[in-house]
Amino acid sequence: MENIYLDNISSRPIDPGVLEFAKRFLGKGYGNPSSLHSLGLEAKRAIEDARIKVAELINAENENTIIFTGSATEANNLAIKGAALRNIAKGKEVAASAIEHISVINSMKDLQKNGFTFNLIQVDSNGIVDLEKLDEAITKNTTVTSIMYANNEIGTIEPIREISKIIHQKGLYLHVDATAAAGFIQIDVQADGIDLLTLSSNDLYGPQGAGALYIKTGTKIQPLLLGGGQERGFRSGTENIFAIAGMGEAARIARLKMAKEGNRIKKIRDRLIKEILMIEGSHLTGHPAQRLPYHASFRFDHIEGESILLNMDMYNTQVSTGSACSSKTLEPSHVLLAIGLKHEEAHGSMVLSLGRSNKMEEISMIVKAVRETVARLREMSPLSNKGVM
Amino acid sequence: MAQIGYSKKVMDHFMNPRNVGEIDNPDGYGKVGNPVCGDLMEMFIKVKDDVITNMKFKTFGCGSAIATSSMVTELAMGMNVDEAMKLTRNDVASELDGLPPQKMHCSNLAADALHEAIKDYKNKKEAP
Repeated sequence: MENIYLDNISSRPIDPGVLEFAKRFLGKGYGNPSSLHSLGLEAKRAIEDARIKVAELINAENENTIIFTGSATEANNLAIKGAALRNIAKGKEVAASAIEHISVINSMKDLQKNGFTFNLIQVDSNGIVDLEKLDEAITKNTTVTSIMYANNEIGTIEPIREISKIIHQKGLYLHVDATAAAGFIQIDVQADGIDLLTLSSNDLYGPQGAGALYIKTGTKIQPLLLGGGQERGFRSGTENIFAIAGMGEAARIARLKMAKEGNRIKKIRDRLIKEILMIEGSHLTGHPAQRLPYHASFRFDHIEGESILLNMDMYNTQVSTGSACSSKTLEPSHVLLAIGLKHEEAHGSMVLSLGRSNKMEEISMIVKAVRETVARLREMSPLSNKGVM
Repeated sequence: MAQIGYSKKVMDHFMNPRNVGEIDNPDGYGKVGNPVCGDLMEMFIKVKDDVITNMKFKTFGCGSAIATSSMVTELAMGMNVDEAMKLTRNDVASELDGLPPQKMHCSNLAADALHEAIKDYKNKKEAP
């Protein structure tokens, strides 16, 4: 049976063209970009080429706004802690939406331990940031507010331009985690009014091991890592040239493919949602319209997400879940709780995140696998026929 | 090396669970867990001369919750009830070739559900 990969939010396979482009830096490309000899210069050129490609993907004012990091998690840490600590004289408040990635939440909690006030901004039942609550949470002392471009677990796209206006009327900087969104929907950091923006290589079909932070010209932040002053001093440490060159090429390909691939995948996604919602006791999570084109997320009554994941894998179909049992902490996803789901509802979640490998012809197999999985688990569930939930 | 993922035996009991279902008029019934926490188990037993002759379960929960429920029915079937009271979570987990550390509470629940069913049987027997 063909494998059907529907867990693209966890990692996307490297694009063959990207691998072909970047693999030269794994073999002979051993120069250190800081060296002045010819091999060093070649490595340096590869990084600068990648910087231009990444800048173009998000319409940055110039390529010098792009800083490469080791991951999106590192970029989130750098943006939040770097901006908060550098601007401590302006205030000791930070804010984030309740559905941010854990690397954003934990960066802010770390600041909280060091005397900062951390305001969590609630979202509505579709996962859209409540603009009134945002307005209440921001003060002139709020140095950095973090709102994601789109959420990886429920697919909801946030109204970043409106959010940016509110923040810039009162607070200092808007940081946007665009890990799930970049390469799939148009991002224009200048028109959107973004000060700091996080990107991930492997979410763009690039290699794992690279991320990037866009730092708008004039934005004041300080580095987390100190040393030889690479990346304009914002990120010391010898660069991962393979991953960075690959990320640049992945950004270029994603920009060229975005419109056409977005339409193609959205058609498959829309059919999937329509057919899966025909299963009794199934519900869409996240916004029905303002959502990422590749994203379909659900919850099912009376069954649990980790068993859904394991059962779907028996059909050679890989999915993800926000269930507690699949996490290390045994807590259900904070995103699902933030959109108002009860614990017992959040346990039954399943996310299908599509990618370039998925085809319209797979839909009937996916729907059959979901249908049979739900039926089998409900047959075992003591909740199914007693109306407990 | 720490265990990564589930053992083959856990997956076998998850995919082909033994003794799923309910028993009408059971001699003992046990229920533990809570859907809020993500695990709920029900055990039904039939007992003759203090020996468990039939046992069924229904479980809402993750892969290991289902597998441990299935395993506990296999272990307890044919056992004297006093013997079955002594089955521990470690017995269940080791029969499944181990569980990841954060999943040990599932085997706890399965053993507890069995013990609850046996207690119910004994209560009924004492006060008919």
